Amino acid sequence: MSDVHLDIQQVDKIYGSGDAAVHAVKGLSMAVRKGEITSLLGSSGCGKTSTLRMIAGFESVSKGIIKLAGRELNNLAPVKRNVAMAFEGYSLYPPLTINDNIAFALKASKLNTKEIASKVSEVAEMLEITDILGRYPSSVSGGQQQRASLGRALVRDADLHLLDEPMGQLEPQLRALLRGRIKHYIKENGLTAILVTHDQAEANALSDRIAVMEGGYLQQFESPQKLKDHPANLFTGTFVGEPPMNVFEASVERDSNSVRFELDNDVCLTYDAADFSTNVIQAALSLKHVVIGVRPYAIKRTSNGIKASVVANHWLGDQSHIAATLAGQSVILVEHDRAPDKSGDEIYIKLDPDNIHLFDRESGAAISHGAELAQ
Amino acid sequence: MEYQSKLETVLRGIALLLVVVFFMFPIFWIFLMSLQTNETILRVPPSINFEPTLSNYRALITGKLETSAASLEINFLRNLWNSVFLSVASVALALLLGVPAAYAFARHKFKGSEDIAFTLLSFRFAPPLLVLLPLSLYFQKMGLADTYLGLIWVYQLICLPLILWIVRGYFEDISPDIEYAYRVAGHSWFSTFRKIALPLAGPGIAAAGLLAFIFAWNNFIFALVLASADKQPVTVGALAFITASGIQYGQIAAAIVMSIAPTLALALYAQKYLVEGLSLGAVKG
Repeated sequence: MSDVHLDIQQVDKIYGSGDAAVHAVKGLSMAVRKGEITSLLGSSGCGKTSTLRMIAGFESVSKGIIKLAGRELNNLAPVKRNVAMAFEGYSLYPPLTINDNIAFALKASKLNTKEIASKVSEVAEMLEITDILGRYPSSVSGGQQQRASLGRALVRDADLHLLDEPMGQLEPQLRALLRGRIKHYIKENGLTAILVTHDQAEANALSDRIAVMEGGYLQQFESPQKLKDHPANLFTGTFVGEPPMNVFEASVERDSNSVRFELDNDVCLTYDAADFSTNVIQAALSLKHVVIGVRPYAIKRTSNGIKASVVANHWLGDQSHIAATLAGQSVILVEHDRAPDKSGDEIYIKLDPDNIHLFDRESGAAISHGAELAQ
Repeated sequence: MEYQSKLETVLRGIALLLVVVFFMFPIFWIFLMSLQTNETILRVPPSINFEPTLSNYRALITGKLETSAASLEINFLRNLWNSVFLSVASVALALLLGVPAAYAFARHKFKGSEDIAFTLLSFRFAPPLLVLLPLSLYFQKMGLADTYLGLIWVYQLICLPLILWIVRGYFEDISPDIEYAYRVAGHSWFSTFRKIALPLAGPGIAAAGLLAFIFAWNNFIFALVLASADKQPVTVGALAFITASGIQYGQIAAAIVMSIAPTLALALYAQKYLVEGLSLGAVKG
C-alpha cells in the first residue's frame, strides 16, 4: 500500500526479563492510512496502551519496526517523532492555566500569538471548556481536565495523534456529543489518529477501522461493520457487540438434505442443506464440533421454534433485553418492542441460517458467516 | 467551612495554647536566661523578676568572657560564621549532587539502582565515632584534616542521603505522564527535568534542604574530631562555656538564642515557599 502512514511491522513488547518477563504485545503488524481514525479496542492488559506508548516513544520496542510518515521511529527520541498525545491521566502542567496548557505545545511552532489564540479557542469551544480556560488544572473537575488534555493534543499539527482513553471520565451525554465533534474536527483537519479505548460505542462511532486486541495479539483489524458481520474468530465475535453474541457448542450431522446441529440437553437445530453453501457444510462436518454464534438481535420468535425459558426481561427505554435459558445455556434476545414476558415464561425462538456464525471449537477461527464460508 | 459551636472554638483555642506553651516554654526560658547573670539564673526558687542585662550578648560579640575568676577569650562569632558556612555549603553541595541522583533513582530503574540507593542511606547507620577515628587518620594523610573542604565532604554523610531519599519520593509522586506530555510536545529530557520535574518537586526539595540544613547545623561530633578551634561550628564552640569557674549559663543561653536565629529565619522563609509550592496545584492524578 502506497498510502501507509503508520506502519507497525512484527512488533513485540516484553517488560522485564527472565521469569518476571511480561510479553505485552506479540507480533503486532498493522498499517494505518493517512487521515484514518483507528481504534485499539480490547480489555485491560490486552497490549493496547503498550502499543500506543511504543509509538509515542515512552516504551522501547522489544522487537520489530515502527515507521511513521516514512521514518523509522524505533530509535528516535519522543521529541523528534512529531506525535501528539492525550493521556488517560490528563497530565496537565499544574503551574499553567488550562489555556496555557493547550497553547503550550503550539508555542514551539511557528504560529503567531493571534493564530495560537484562535486555534485554542476553536478547540476549547468544541470541547466546551471555554469557561475554564483561565483556571488552573487543580481547580477544575476530572472531566474538564480530561477535555483540556484532549484539546492540548488535538490542537497540535502532528503526524499522528494518539488518544489514550480520551473520554473515559466524561458523563455519557457529553461523551455522545463530543464523539461527533471530535470525529468532525479530526476529519476536517486531515489528522491521523489512533484511539485507545475499551468502550465499543466510542470505537464504533469514531473509527474508520478498529483493531481488536487480546492477550497481546491483534485479533482482527477491520471496519466496525465488518467486525460485527464477519468476526474473524470467536473472541472478536463475542467481544464486539453489546449485548455480546450468544454462543452454543454443537456437533454437526448431515442427512441427505438437512444439516443438524446437536446442542446440549437434546436440543437440535435443523436446517435445509441448501441454506448453507456446500463448502460450509463440508468444513463444519470435517471438524465435527463447532461453536454456533448468533447476535442477540438476530434471534426471532416463531410459534414452531425451539423452546427457551425466560429468566429476566429488562426494558431499557428503547429495547427489551430478554435473558433466557436454551439447551442449558444462557441466551440473550434483543427486541425493539416492549416484550411482555416474565421470568419463568416459555418462548419459542428460531436462529435464521443467514444470521449464524460458525467457529472452530478448538482454534476459535471463524468457519462461516451465514451461508458463506469465512475468508 | 465547617460549622463549629462556641464551646468547640474555645476548647480548640485552649488545646492550641497548651501545645504552644509546651513547645515554646523552654525557648522562652532560655531567652530570659540570656538576659540574666549567672547569679540570678541560679536562684532558688527561680523567678522572672530580674534586672535584664545585655552583658551576655556583649561578651559573645566582643569575645571576652568575664567569669568570677578570670577573663577568658572566646571566639563565638567565628564559630557562628563557621556554622553558617559549613551548613550552607554542605547543603548546597548535597542538593547539587542529590537532586539529579534522586531523579535518576525515581525515573530510571537500572540494574543495581536500589542497591546503590540503599548503600547511600546506609551511611547513616554506622555510629559516627566508629567512622571518625579511622577517617581522621586518612584526612591527616590527605591534608583534609582541619579544612573546610574536608568538613563539607564529611557533612555529605548527613546531608546527601537525607536529600536523596526525600526528594526521590517527591519525584516518584509526579506522574511520569506529565513529563511525557512535555517531551512529546517537543522538549528534550533535560529541559523536561528543569522545567517540569524540578518546579513540581520544589516543595520537596525545599523541605529536604531545610532538614539537611538543620541536621548539618546541629552536628557536633564531626567537627569536634576533624577541626581545630578556628574551623569549629557553634555546637563545638559551646564547650568553651564550661570554664574552670563553672558553667556560664547566661552566655550559653545567649549563644543558643544567637545560633537559633539563622535556622529560624531559614525555616520561616522556607515555610512560606513550601506553602506556595504546595498550593500551585496537585501533582497526582
